[in-house]
Amino acid sequence: MNASLGQPASRSRTDWIGFQTIVLREFNRILRIWGQTLLPPAVTATLYFIIFGSLIGSRIGRMGGYDYMQYIAPGLIMMSVITNSYGNVVSSFFGARFGKHIEEILVSPLPNWLVVIGYVTGGIVRGLLVGLTVTIVALCFTHLVVSNVALIIAAVLITSIVFSLGGFINAVFAKNFDHISWFPTFILTPMTYLGGVFYSITLLPSWAQTLSHANPILYMVNSFRYGFLGVSDVDVRLAFAIMIAFALALFGLAVYLMEKGIGLRD
Amino acid sequence: MHALSIRKLTKTYGNGVEALKGIDLDVEQGDFFALLGPNGAGKTTTIGIITSLVNKTSGTVAVFENDIDRDIGAAKSCIGIVPQEINFNQFESVETILVNQAGFYGIPRQVARERTERYLKQLQLWEKRRAIARSLSGGMKRRLMIARALVHEPRLLILDEPTAGVDIEIRRTMWEFLRETNERGVTIILTTHYLEEAETLCRNVAIIDKGRIIEHDKMSNVLRKLQTETFVLNLREALPIAPSLPGFGVTLVDARTLEIEVSNGHNLNDIFVRLAAQGVDVVSMRNKVNRLEEQFMRLVGRSGSQAGNAGAQS
Repeated sequence: MNASLGQPASRSRTDWIGFQTIVLREFNRILRIWGQTLLPPAVTATLYFIIFGSLIGSRIGRMGGYDYMQYIAPGLIMMSVITNSYGNVVSSFFGARFGKHIEEILVSPLPNWLVVIGYVTGGIVRGLLVGLTVTIVALCFTHLVVSNVALIIAAVLITSIVFSLGGFINAVFAKNFDHISWFPTFILTPMTYLGGVFYSITLLPSWAQTLSHANPILYMVNSFRYGFLGVSDVDVRLAFAIMIAFALALFGLAVYLMEKGIGLRD
Repeated sequence: MHALSIRKLTKTYGNGVEALKGIDLDVEQGDFFALLGPNGAGKTTTIGIITSLVNKTSGTVAVFENDIDRDIGAAKSCIGIVPQEINFNQFESVETILVNQAGFYGIPRQVARERTERYLKQLQLWEKRRAIARSLSGGMKRRLMIARALVHEPRLLILDEPTAGVDIEIRRTMWEFLRETNERGVTIILTTHYLEEAETLCRNVAIIDKGRIIEHDKMSNVLRKLQTETFVLNLREALPIAPSLPGFGVTLVDARTLEIEVSNGHNLNDIFVRLAAQGVDVVSMRNKVNRLEEQFMRLVGRSGSQAGNAGAQS
């Protein structure tokens, strides 16, 4: 009966199995509630492409040397990745706290940093699945140019990590369901819309351009767009440096919160 | 070896409540140990600290010599916990809950599935393996939490009120299962409000009250310290007044029911002989309350009055 009497598994092996278990549980959750996770972004993206792409976009003309529909497609894909990575972790982790089943993980020997990575991987999985869905929708409306595949993958991965971590931290501090919708509604959505998804910031007055550079989502959208179209409003190297710095800082904060047990342990 | 060793453990919550005031506690490997106390005494806080769900303020805790400050992972691997409140994902299936829990402890999926089958069968839940957890009855949910706590085969099983709200038949089935689990070498710490349960199952006991351990001894010693016991006698014929039994406290509860307080060292035969001499025919007899309950109430009451006196002096 006693596990310790058998051949003890190495810590790295047990950690790996624990990590897989969290990710698999998150993946199954995404598929189980596909009507909430995968379908709505596809519907929303279709509406965006119809309204902003076909109806209004045809009157706007070219932007950055491309059709308006081609120009906004990478931004729309990135917007769905951001909101879904964030939304997956914040709802799953807060749900686990609210339902107390987070205790299943807290009493286990899994290290805190691995729990964070497990949940963040769940957020990445949903972000990528939704990103892929929106890309397929985009291909139904326009032709997507691919300039640099490695940059596209790197930008989408780091962005997904950043917003999964953001969702995790939001879930740690949230005390009720209002608290998990407050940040996406009043902070994340405005920042995303003002982050160059629908326009080039060169269209803005200079003060607004300067202000836009304080918005981290501008760097994410533009680095991703650069991977597709080869055009960007910001220096792509600076964009990646900022994204990586955000990812590291948020990861450090998330692990610190877990170690201290803030919102998790009395 | 100690399965659990606690030294000078304190916990003060953010609102200033001192839940634990420096407790020392040892539980031997293989023991079936009762941790008792009234509501708010500090039992759940103690268990929370052992399982790392509550941050301690000071003191040390070691599980099979693994200090929770130095090697929390090794300490956690040794523990299986059945909490007081339901804490599994109510939207997952019974089988998924167990397989996932095993996964969190690093148990490969194939092994996890085999153990899940074994424990669900032992706890009569195998037929419900595909049921969504929230559809289970209260007793089934309790058994599911026991199965989940065992799926990684811990050396120390901690049960916080495992039979609360469970009917007597299922409770006795669970007792039998826990006894067998203990016989297989798993150390068990049990908190319960059913003191009959603790008296039946546990060999050693600690009583905690207001954040302090007020008794820590073998169950038999604790019961031996009981100075008096009260018996309830059911009589064949109705009596107008209580019979005279010098040396015993006698109360006529109703015409056919007597309560007799018997001190340690008194012979029960003596009571029957004297009652028979007065023409009183006894049909049946039982303890008024469970023996451990009686001793528990005395200890907790004394602790309360001492705290009151100390408070009055300070």
